[in-house]
Amino acid sequence: MHKLKPLTPLGSHTPRVDRIGPFEIAETVETAFASVAARNGQEAAVISAMAQNHGLDLPVAGKAAQAGKLAAFWISPSQWMCAAPHETHELLAQQLKATLGDRASVVEQTDAWCRFDVTGKKLCDLFERLTKADVRAMPPGSACRSTVEHLGVFLWRTAEDQMVVLGPRSSAASLHHALVTAARSIA
Amino acid sequence: MSAVSTQQVNRLSGGLVDRGQPLSFRFDGQSYQGCSGDTLASALMANGVRLMGRSFKYHRPRGLLSAGSEEPNALVELRTGGRQEPNTRATVAELYDGLDARSQNRWPSLERDMMAINDRFANFLTAGFYYKTFMWPKAFWEKLYEPIIRKAAGLGRLTGDADPDAYDKGFLHCDLLVVGAGPAGLAAALTAGRAGARVILADEDFLLGGRLLSEAQPLADIAGADWAGQVQAELAVMGNVRILPRTTVFGAYDHGIYGAVERNADHVAAPDAGKPRQTLWRIYSKRAIIATGAIERPIAFENNDRPGIMLAGAVRSFANRWAATPASSVVIFANNDDAHQTARDLQAKGVDVPAVVDVRPDAPEIPGIELLAGAQIVETAGRLGLRSVTVRMANGKTRIIPCGALAMSGGWNPNLGLTCHQRGRPVWDGDLHAFVPGQDLPVGQHVAGAAMGAMSTDAALRSGAEQAGEALADLGFTVPAPELPKAEDAPVSLTPFWHVQGAKRAWLDFQNDVTVKDVKLAHQENFTAVEHLKRYTTLGMATDQGKTSNVGALAVMAELTGKSIPQTGTTIFRPPYTPVAMGALAGRAVGKDFHPTRLTPSHAWAEEQGAVFVEVGNWLRAQWFPKPGETHWRQSVDREVQQTRRSVGICDVTTLGKIDVQGADAAAFLNMMYANGFAKLPVGKVRYGLMLREDGVAYDDGTAARLAEDHFVVTTTTANAVLVYRNMEFVRQCLCPDMDVQLISTTEAWAQYAVAGPNARKLLQKIVDPEFDISNDAFPFMACGEITVCGGCRARLFRISFSGELAYEIAVPTRYGDALMREMMAAGEAFDVTPYGTEALGVMRIEKGHAAGNELNGTTTALNLGLGRMVSGKKDCIGNVLSRREGMNTDDALRLVGLKPVTPAQSLPAGGHLMAASGPVDAAHDQGYVTSAAYSPTLGTAIGLGFVKGGAERLGEQLRLVNPLEKQEMLVEIVSAHFVDPEGEKLRA
Repeated sequence: MHKLKPLTPLGSHTPRVDRIGPFEIAETVETAFASVAARNGQEAAVISAMAQNHGLDLPVAGKAAQAGKLAAFWISPSQWMCAAPHETHELLAQQLKATLGDRASVVEQTDAWCRFDVTGKKLCDLFERLTKADVRAMPPGSACRSTVEHLGVFLWRTAEDQMVVLGPRSSAASLHHALVTAARSIA
Repeated sequence: MSAVSTQQVNRLSGGLVDRGQPLSFRFDGQSYQGCSGDTLASALMANGVRLMGRSFKYHRPRGLLSAGSEEPNALVELRTGGRQEPNTRATVAELYDGLDARSQNRWPSLERDMMAINDRFANFLTAGFYYKTFMWPKAFWEKLYEPIIRKAAGLGRLTGDADPDAYDKGFLHCDLLVVGAGPAGLAAALTAGRAGARVILADEDFLLGGRLLSEAQPLADIAGADWAGQVQAELAVMGNVRILPRTTVFGAYDHGIYGAVERNADHVAAPDAGKPRQTLWRIYSKRAIIATGAIERPIAFENNDRPGIMLAGAVRSFANRWAATPASSVVIFANNDDAHQTARDLQAKGVDVPAVVDVRPDAPEIPGIELLAGAQIVETAGRLGLRSVTVRMANGKTRIIPCGALAMSGGWNPNLGLTCHQRGRPVWDGDLHAFVPGQDLPVGQHVAGAAMGAMSTDAALRSGAEQAGEALADLGFTVPAPELPKAEDAPVSLTPFWHVQGAKRAWLDFQNDVTVKDVKLAHQENFTAVEHLKRYTTLGMATDQGKTSNVGALAVMAELTGKSIPQTGTTIFRPPYTPVAMGALAGRAVGKDFHPTRLTPSHAWAEEQGAVFVEVGNWLRAQWFPKPGETHWRQSVDREVQQTRRSVGICDVTTLGKIDVQGADAAAFLNMMYANGFAKLPVGKVRYGLMLREDGVAYDDGTAARLAEDHFVVTTTTANAVLVYRNMEFVRQCLCPDMDVQLISTTEAWAQYAVAGPNARKLLQKIVDPEFDISNDAFPFMACGEITVCGGCRARLFRISFSGELAYEIAVPTRYGDALMREMMAAGEAFDVTPYGTEALGVMRIEKGHAAGNELNGTTTALNLGLGRMVSGKKDCIGNVLSRREGMNTDDALRLVGLKPVTPAQSLPAGGHLMAASGPVDAAHDQGYVTSAAYSPTLGTAIGLGFVKGGAERLGEQLRLVNPLEKQEMLVEIVSAHFVDPEGEKLRA
């Protein structure tokens, strides 16, 4: 194990959790991300290789999928974002590349993003203040690309009462401020 | 007439106010009491206050004209301190306990306003007066006349204090947006709600019901307000319906998007902590129904603007809904049957109605009230409030009728604002004598109720249900028609009547003080087109957008030109429907949160070092790192440069864009993107690359590192990270869709540091794990590779140099960036390592002659930059063909050179232009310009980069650097742009 001690996107050694009224906004660092883009004409091959090797059915546009520790959501034509626990899959990109080979371009995305898990019953009341995505029409298992306070984000509805927000890591503080302020305004 | 308290002399019985909840408020310092359910307007009226404001131009005393958001007269300032808000219509200001309101546009007091002198000079202040009267001398306009006019103009005052409240912003989605919760809107929402559609019902009022709240006539056997309450109760429990009271839909935009402001806390003294005062909603609707009702129009007659002269429908609203009357005796003046209902309702409430003056000779009788058919009001009296009206009877005789108020009605105009926001043109309805929505409505928009000309309550109800049915059938819903109560269904009975002939000062636009005479003047001076009429007279330009005035003025113009009203045309409306507070538009994006901030991985560490930060786009970058004893930024920057050049320095360069390019055609793709070739770049090597715009001008430079045959990592400048990525996506998706190439940004994924200086390798050897040989032989200049550091952390190493020193850039996953910085600083202690900021970075790149943003300024080509040979003739690339244009390749083209002051102690101003050592200083003799300048601690003199005609052929020549703005002139010498290590020995060491 190397000696470099990680810092969270909000600049601390421990992830931050805010509880505001019915909402919990939790900075989450325990996920490794890797983008998988099918090479030209290889989309079917990539989908089948992911199903065979990882048991994961890569989802269609607007959707997410989960199989064991591995999850994926659609991010653009023939491209998905895969996610797995950081502890066991810090080298997720390498692991996926090993099984996908030349069928796909795989890129480590773990630290490109900050992740906030927002939990609470009035989830949609909160997110309609933050994003133009139609969050009420996003059942669990949905994911989309949108913006929050001028920041490009992914919204991933993991449960009826939970939305995962991925934003640019360097702007974690601004995104966090937006989440917390919006939560306070309705909490 | 039963008064609630001794003060509320004009309070009537009944109404929708709660007398059990008295509210105290102040107006112009005087304390009053109102009731819950009152607006400021109704409470003032109940207290016998008629005078509420002064007009814009003539400072005429004014009272209420209307009962709603169309109010032009009763504009007040609300609240104090940072919460002070000017130009609020008293008719829509919901009363709360402790409300502090003040009249505006008057001095020293509302009763005695010095500026009322303007009214005496009305003959000089007619429409367009300032186009004629302030013409001479010409120079006086900007410095004297305009400032004086501006000072005199305007209405309320802005507070100088910052707004202490929060504003929110959000996005809503629906199948059907219903704007307005009157009978049509409620019927539409009910129909759509029961059909299971996602419905948003918005109304600017705090109670739903619209006109139903103002009318005494029942729906079947139930009061209108009660029916509205029942419908609201049913809608409220539907999960698919969202009711937004206190919400003004102010604009109709593209693709079914509507803008709305919800006033969350305007009806309380202050919002709860952290809660917004207002919320701006962007509503995405598949269909919308505009059910915004109708606005009554006044009649123009002599002195028709006195406090107490109101619209008849508004007087009815105040009496029925708010249990208030403007006076104990009210005369009616109308051209239609609807106003007669006001007379009947007032009578029923015990208010004296001395007469109904109806211009129609055949007007129907009203039991118990004197009808003066075929009569007109020709004059009024009462300076601060109406005392009497003078009626010219059908037989030509005049009669003076004492009264405290006059309820007038010239008919009703459908409220068309939102139907026009996409340039929809209203059309004239000859039966209604009003404009109704045309066929060119915004996409997905329907209109129902009085807004479409369905003027009776019954017609409104039915049209609301019908339009909802039509809109939803379009979306595939099965829509059963709801059972609606039978309601009042009187036909519109009206004889057009716009103004009393011969009147001298008869107001059309109350807010902007436009009279019939002004329209006549516009006609006389040939400003007859409606758009000219509007601009010449300022008609309809005020905050009320001429809601009560436009059609009347058009009618007058039509009469003057001998055309019909539809031939004369109409102006259309623009958003916003009513004024929107800046705070609501800003939402949460205020102060430092105006835009997001980006922090580098070493930000926390840099803060600990006391770094001074600079904004670079959204990034905050360390500019320099002051040490104890350094009192001037130059001391810090000079030291950072010297320490780096002498030993080693570290700079966070994470902000540079990083784009991962993969695929079988990755190399061919980069060949297309970059001016120079990348196909033959070996794996494990980095190459400098220059990108051109399609017009051949250079726009970005950076590097591409080949990590595998099919894998590159491209770096861009900080500023162009997004632009380059976007251009790459364009080329990939649109120009070269057959290429096998995949892109994704990794800017944020990696923390990247430049380690520069003669001891850079020694420092890194303490960091890089020993199995990786980074000696000069194993890892030469322009090498790159994937390595591990600090005991196994994956990293990327690039041997590239911006400073001209032996230098590397090292990258680790961002979460380890802070720790790596600390490790490197600790490892570098033995070498006297220094962190350096963007200033030292800039000084060193100027010393080395590297172009940056100042040189890649959007006008310069590869040739200008001295990189002409990089534009490969052997392959195609973006910008290649146009870069060969003749005019961009002349012999005397600007070339990048170095510049030094002839007198060493002088500093060089960047931006200055270069002229021959003697001769004229003008554009025709321009030789070039200075792009970058700095003090070089390495050379001990100021140095600069710039573009000079002929460039390097003129080395040693002296030119004059001029800066006429600052009256600077100095001699400079043209030198090589490579001030430091021109042979590049250091970076290969």
